[in-house]
Amino acid sequence: MIWQLDLAILTLVVVTAVGAIYIKDLLGTAILFGAYSFLMCLLWSIMGAVDVAFTEASVGAGVSTVFFVGAVFRTTRRTKD
Amino acid sequence: MTQLLSEILTKYNYWIYITLMMIGLYAMIAKNNLVKKIVGMNIFQTAIILFYVSIGSKKGGTIPIIKHDHGAASHVVHAAEYINPLPHVLMLTAIVVSVATLGVALALAIKIYHRYQSLEEDEILAQIREK
Repeated sequence: MIWQLDLAILTLVVVTAVGAIYIKDLLGTAILFGAYSFLMCLLWSIMGAVDVAFTEASVGAGVSTVFFVGAVFRTTRRTKD
Repeated sequence: MTQLLSEILTKYNYWIYITLMMIGLYAMIAKNNLVKKIVGMNIFQTAIILFYVSIGSKKGGTIPIIKHDHGAASHVVHAAEYINPLPHVLMLTAIVVSVATLGVALALAIKIYHRYQSLEEDEILAQIREK
């Protein structure tokens, strides 16, 4: 485990999490959540959990983002907070 | 003081996991939009999964696939050289469960939107109180 890479990706994970919470557009939330899941996948391959990493890449970053985008298009992009 | 500081800095990953978990908890409690609450729930879940996987990782360990697999029966397997795979397997189940939860939660949110024409919690509650 390379700690510089680990720390950089962990910082990016926190930044994307806060961004996904605060952005005033639900499509933006969906896209930032996809980026969050992909960074999470990188973090797991750094930790040596390769099986968890590729499950997260397909299921977390792939299917979850599709679900979110689908739900946003079936409902609305507008949000107050 | 310096000892406390080094104690904090060497365990920096745990502090960031707790930060992520609190971001998720804040979003679940304080946000008004249902989709943002669902995003917060997912962030909370991934923070816990991250914590469990990081328990299993060790310094200098390799990924948990046995080396020299052909004729592995004649080799002695040194378990200390490999990263502990037990948390990985448990958390694999948790990821699948979290996606199933996400699907159900989004389906409920779509149903609520079609009935009340809004995803905001306060507007939905106001409409319920009017009836």
